[in-house]
Amino acid sequence: MQERAPEERIRGFMEVACGYTPDEAIRESERCLFCPDQPCVRGCPVGIDIPGFIQLIGEKDFRGAFDVLSDTTLLPAVCGRVCPQETQCEEVCTIGDTLEPVAIGRLERWVGDMAIAEGWATSQDIEPNGLKVAIVGSGPAGTACAADMAKAGCAVTVFEAFQQPGGVLRYGIPDFRLPNEVVDAEIAKLARLGITFRCNALVGRLFTIEQLFGEMGFDAVFIGTGAGTPTFTDIPGESLNGVVSANELLTRSNLMRARDFPGHDTPLGIGKRVAVIGAGNTAMDAMRSCLRLGAETVMCVYRRSRVEAPARAEELHHAEQEGIDFRWLTEPVAILDDGKGGVRALKVRRMELGEPDASGRRRPVPVPGSETEIECDTVVFAIGTNANAILGQTSRIELDPRGYIKADADLATSIDGVFAGGDIVTGAATVIEAMGAGRKAAASMKRYLGLTAGDAPYDSEPLDATLFGFASHQRGFARVVAA
Amino acid sequence: MSVDDATYEIVRREDFSDVTYLLEVRVPLLALAAQPGQFVIVMSHAEGERIPLTIADFDREAGTITLVVQAVGKTTKEMQRDLVAGSHLYAVVGPMGEPSHLDAKKVVCVGGGLGVAPVYPQARAFKEAGAYVIGVIGFRNKDLVFWEDKFRAVCDEFIICSDDGSVGIKGLVTKGIEQAVAEHTDIDRVIAIGPPIMMKACADLTRPLEIQTIVSLNPIMIDGTGMCGGCRVKVGGTTKFACVDGPEFDGHQVDFDDLMSRLRRFRGDEQIALERWQRSCAASSATAAD
Repeated sequence: MQERAPEERIRGFMEVACGYTPDEAIRESERCLFCPDQPCVRGCPVGIDIPGFIQLIGEKDFRGAFDVLSDTTLLPAVCGRVCPQETQCEEVCTIGDTLEPVAIGRLERWVGDMAIAEGWATSQDIEPNGLKVAIVGSGPAGTACAADMAKAGCAVTVFEAFQQPGGVLRYGIPDFRLPNEVVDAEIAKLARLGITFRCNALVGRLFTIEQLFGEMGFDAVFIGTGAGTPTFTDIPGESLNGVVSANELLTRSNLMRARDFPGHDTPLGIGKRVAVIGAGNTAMDAMRSCLRLGAETVMCVYRRSRVEAPARAEELHHAEQEGIDFRWLTEPVAILDDGKGGVRALKVRRMELGEPDASGRRRPVPVPGSETEIECDTVVFAIGTNANAILGQTSRIELDPRGYIKADADLATSIDGVFAGGDIVTGAATVIEAMGAGRKAAASMKRYLGLTAGDAPYDSEPLDATLFGFASHQRGFARVVAA
Repeated sequence: MSVDDATYEIVRREDFSDVTYLLEVRVPLLALAAQPGQFVIVMSHAEGERIPLTIADFDREAGTITLVVQAVGKTTKEMQRDLVAGSHLYAVVGPMGEPSHLDAKKVVCVGGGLGVAPVYPQARAFKEAGAYVIGVIGFRNKDLVFWEDKFRAVCDEFIICSDDGSVGIKGLVTKGIEQAVAEHTDIDRVIAIGPPIMMKACADLTRPLEIQTIVSLNPIMIDGTGMCGGCRVKVGGTTKFACVDGPEFDGHQVDFDDLMSRLRRFRGDEQIALERWQRSCAASSATAAD
């Protein structure tokens, strides 16, 4: 697959990976061995029939390939771009033992893009069942749950606090990895299933979870609000102007289009020399955005080494290609001010790797007397996120000690009829894991509502002993959609 | 309770001066949920910025909230020009932030300049909760005064101050607070809303008197839901997010100098945006005159 050259792509937000041509896609599909034990399917968090869709690409039945994908994933154009395939399906690909694994993600993306271009949708006859489902949050978890419930015949409303739907796909992931047009197309597909998107609705404050059931007449609720609260480290100088969270930087650039300032009204607020703290996917997105937004030097400051960096291999590789200055084994100690409320430098110290810690990674230990200063005018924190506080503040839902929503194996929460999944339950994870959680919650929600029609793989699992349990006796478990 | 009520229509517009204007916006669900002390974020158009505005009043029956805006930058000047009755905002989201605690018995509600508007629903709510309410509001001069009658209707005592003495006491709102505390020894709370420098002065005045003083902070923010961290403020030595931990904090604990420095973060960009907009206005009016 072709990629734009680094020197070309850092001048704008055009997508780095150009996508396959039809010939390239067919040729790549022919590399699949169609091995009988299908390790890739087990490696996929949602269990996509990977050999199935690849085989149809080889047979030039592209619409058929899309239909196979659509059995399990809603957003192939998104997941083909942002899934960490190298630790999922592609990691266990049989051919990958000796050669490059089949480029499953790129093939998935190619089919997804073709579906958007051709206007394909999984049209099916949906029979309304009279049940109302509310989804809180329009990110990957919420939209996955919404689609499954809509297909089951429920009237689904998705509530989103921002002015446009998509959640992290919209505000977080930059266009050079996931163009907003792809998000628009995938959301439009969901709207065609009859899903209502209500933006500017801050659930918890505009109305509570409890009100959704009573006054507003919903029968079940899914919470997929994500883990959006940025973490800072408490080092001195954090409140200086020029110190921002990666969330703020990315939201300004992606959702608010600050990169078009003053054509769009939101200012961006980054300088010429940017130090980004952290080495995960969000850090890579922040750094590569800054490069495209006019920064002359962008540094990555990370206290561990390259091996421990949590970013996807491809993102790290792209960042290196584009000229990010990586400072491995470097820990920030303080942010120094310029005497005018802004940033002059980041004070750091060298680290070396010691014994493995609880995460299994070697623990970084400071080298005595190694403090130096890195000159910069902008410091971006990309060191992870925490649970958002609003639903905990405004409802009686049970939280775990870190503030995440407590959910059992079926993703049921402490409130009857309320399910939760994605980052708000597990802490920060990937788009595909959140989608998997949304689909799993949908399967549980269907059982809770007494719906038995049309289900994806998750339904094959028996109902386990649960933390909160289903109150099925309250909900008429026999309510089955008439064929 | 319908969720499809969101047209964000401006049902009434009132101009208090050539820079201060009132917008009454139809948002029925939001009007039902709004509590004193909370704020909303509005966008005037799709390319606009999200700006936080404290809720100055709400009418649950009419399904409206009231916002009072000062035209200082590009966005607020453009809103002043474009938002007439019958027009629509692009987005209104909220109510945001923790509501005020209305548990004091004798309270001084202090509003300075634009802060006069958001302190009003608190004065009214305290009155409804049975408290003795002393209103202290301050303006630069007589011409800028608004809502005097509304305050008089909900305050047991009312003190108005002006910088130039053209109305009420000559001096800042701190003079009004001094007068109130001289006459009442049992004041158990001061609520002060206005520019940071005013809130700082109020907090400095009441600190030695040991009167609990609540201030409402309006730092730069984007989402208002705890997601960007742009609104972080220092309170009692720890970092708080004004949007979800506030917007109200103990004024004796707030680091106002930090807040004021952070409010200057985009001064350069704000100037660029304003000058560019004014040039485009001048160009279009010149074209219209041709």
